[in-house]
Amino acid sequence: MSDIVDKPSLDQVWHWLADVPDPEIPVISITDLGIVREVRYDGEQLVVTVTPTYSGCPATDVIAESIRDAMRAHGIADARMETRLSPAWTTDWLSADAKRKLRDSGIAPPVGLAANEQRIDVSRLGRRVPAAPVVACPRCASTRTELLSQFGSTPCKSLYRCTLCREPFDYFKCH
Amino acid sequence: MRTARCEYLLRFGDNALILSQRLGERCGKGPALEEDMALTNTALDLLGQARLWLSLAAEAAGDGADEDTLAYLRDDREFHNVLLVEQPNGGYADTLVRQFLFDAWASLALRQLLGSRDAAIAAIAEKAVKEVSYHLRRTSDLVVRLGDGTERSHALMQAALEALWPYHHELFIGDAVDAEMVAAGIGFEPASLRDAWLSYVREVLAEASLTMPAAGGWAPKGGKQGLHSEHLSRLLAEMQVLPRSHPGARW
Repeated sequence: MSDIVDKPSLDQVWHWLADVPDPEIPVISITDLGIVREVRYDGEQLVVTVTPTYSGCPATDVIAESIRDAMRAHGIADARMETRLSPAWTTDWLSADAKRKLRDSGIAPPVGLAANEQRIDVSRLGRRVPAAPVVACPRCASTRTELLSQFGSTPCKSLYRCTLCREPFDYFKCH
Repeated sequence: MRTARCEYLLRFGDNALILSQRLGERCGKGPALEEDMALTNTALDLLGQARLWLSLAAEAAGDGADEDTLAYLRDDREFHNVLLVEQPNGGYADTLVRQFLFDAWASLALRQLLGSRDAAIAAIAEKAVKEVSYHLRRTSDLVVRLGDGTERSHALMQAALEALWPYHHELFIGDAVDAEMVAAGIGFEPASLRDAWLSYVREVLAEASLTMPAAGGWAPKGGKQGLHSEHLSRLLAEMQVLPRSHPGARW
């Protein structure tokens, strides 16, 4: 009998990562969120490459710790986190499943693709403020909603309210 | 002796750090809940950006510094932020105008850095420019709403604009460090951003029915080279007191 235990396959590791919840929005996992960019072995060491959502998101450190804990729980003691900034994280990487889970938990998912979003481009002049997206209420599905605040409870969300059912709700910003 | 690249990184890091600290002073004291959240979320984005810049600067310094020692253990003369960001919060109009003038510049500056030959710098710019674009959208909207709001809000905004206007000049004044970064294909010539910045600001101010201050006038500078106003010393005293009086303290 050999003492050598095979390293878990990368597929297996991805499955385990899919069970690690986002600390601030636990209904979705870190893979749903699209922040795990790569998983590989560097010799015997597992390397998980993560990209931050927002530069200052306080969840980033907690996520790195949760990944290490999850890997340890599955018998991988030697895991290293790497951060990759480019390409920058975008909500376009949210899985379809993630958007459904967000809606089910009362958070309106991003409307449209960030890649298509018109950003203020000072260098090309013109304020051309992009029209606010039509966000459907995650509770009653009405599109009679309005923006209350450009910033919400976490860096990735803004605050809306539904003028039909009167409920306020979080909108996961298109970023 | 720090290299020009290291000092260049400190300038971007310090701009973000000092402005973040200023905005943090408003935490819990915003004029409305939504604004409180906006100011502190902006502060958080800037703090994250500061950590990225300062970590890279520490790496470039290569003398055992890290993001924390750079933030907490440097004296005012070693900070390289522009004077604009260290200006006190004043009233809400002052906080907002300072942010608007800075956001418009940062949006242009970061776009320039996207094309930097330095991959690490381009990557930070790519991350930061998305956040800053969102900040600029909000500050532009508010400048219009309050400038073109009530008589009182208009007067407060105009006064804030007059008071902060002199500090915009420094954003566009280059020095030897800038020249070296341009030559290396890493950075941009500060003066090259001035026309685009002026056009944008002019357009927003016109929509806000605010009067753009006359060209010329007092143009304080020196922050980038470490010559600051007394305001920075007081800000640092508050920001650094804990790590300085309790070295190595941990949660």
